[in-house]
Amino acid sequence: MTLPHIQLPPELPGISAAMAFRKETAKPLRELAHVLLHESNSLTSGERELIATYVSFLNGCQFCQASHGAAAACHLGSSEIVRQVKASPGTAPISPKLKSLLVIAAQVQRGGKNVTAEDVATARTVGATDLEIHDTVLIAAAFCMYNRYVDGLATIQPEADEAYTEMGRHLAQHGYIQSSQNQR
Amino acid sequence: MPHIEFPIGLQGIRGPLSFRPETAKPLNELADVLLHAPNSLTAGERELIATYVSHLNDCYFCQTVHGAIAAVHLNGDEDLVKHVKADFAHADISSKLKALLVIAGKVQRGGKNVTEDDVATARSEGATDIEIHDTVLIAAAFCMFNRYVDGLATWQPQDEDLYRERAKKTARDGYALTSRDYIPQPKEA
Repeated sequence: MTLPHIQLPPELPGISAAMAFRKETAKPLRELAHVLLHESNSLTSGERELIATYVSFLNGCQFCQASHGAAAACHLGSSEIVRQVKASPGTAPISPKLKSLLVIAAQVQRGGKNVTAEDVATARTVGATDLEIHDTVLIAAAFCMYNRYVDGLATIQPEADEAYTEMGRHLAQHGYIQSSQNQR
Repeated sequence: MPHIEFPIGLQGIRGPLSFRPETAKPLNELADVLLHAPNSLTAGERELIATYVSHLNDCYFCQTVHGAIAAVHLNGDEDLVKHVKADFAHADISSKLKALLVIAGKVQRGGKNVTEDDVATARSEGATDIEIHDTVLIAAAFCMFNRYVDGLATWQPQDEDLYRERAKKTARDGYALTSRDYIPQPKEA
């Protein structure tokens, strides 16, 4: 097993270790995730966690796609939808609005300039508001940060998706202000 | 035209920050801890990392404003900022900062690109674990800020004097305090 690039608390996986290492940056990182994914919003938490999961999948970050996928599955009561969104968002059983927001999220993942006026117009015609478009862009951008943070430090990331079920449940119930790792 | 409607006259990230104060708060706090709070890396060094990553991501607003803030911290040396963007390996900066910029460039392309060798090189030039951590997170954070600014097609006027003017205040007061100029503040209870 490879070790993290810096000396992180060995008992903690993924971003939890990096956050324990540097509490000063953990605070705004947690607050940002909490506002974007957990606080009340016209997009459900399940929808927003799907956007986070999809972008983390595109970035190839196991810890983030598995933990947010588990949170999304908990909100939606189905891990099958999560699997389908990752494999093929265009044909997954989700609303046309969420499909159009996932298109925007994928463009942001490749670089902000890829989002076109047409992408945004399409999202609007299927009911997306300015706030929803804003939050989609920022969720996608934020996960381009979280994913790089988790992988750039070579944090420990369990491979089995099942290892994330409990973490996902905690995130879905309590959000992001407190660590999911010290509640047990 | 920006993709969504922002208050008139706010440049770059100020449009979306003002549009959504709830997310602006942690974003400005994150920028303050990473770039402005006391650190064994100087504010000038950290702003150079932010500028370099924003340059790699081709974000005009971020590379220009952070480049101007870096220059303020570096005694007005705008040529050094330009040199770091164009060819940091030959710029007049420390070997430690060069090693950290290599790591930042790897993070920009994707976190998995950072190798044990990159980190060992930075350590041999004197980088501490916190400095390596902060470099990774600054680079990662600017992969967010750059996408936020460009993904919403914000207004980015190509007049460097505008950025020089703003940079003086941000370099002195930091990000959260400066944001009070353009973000609606909640009334005190």
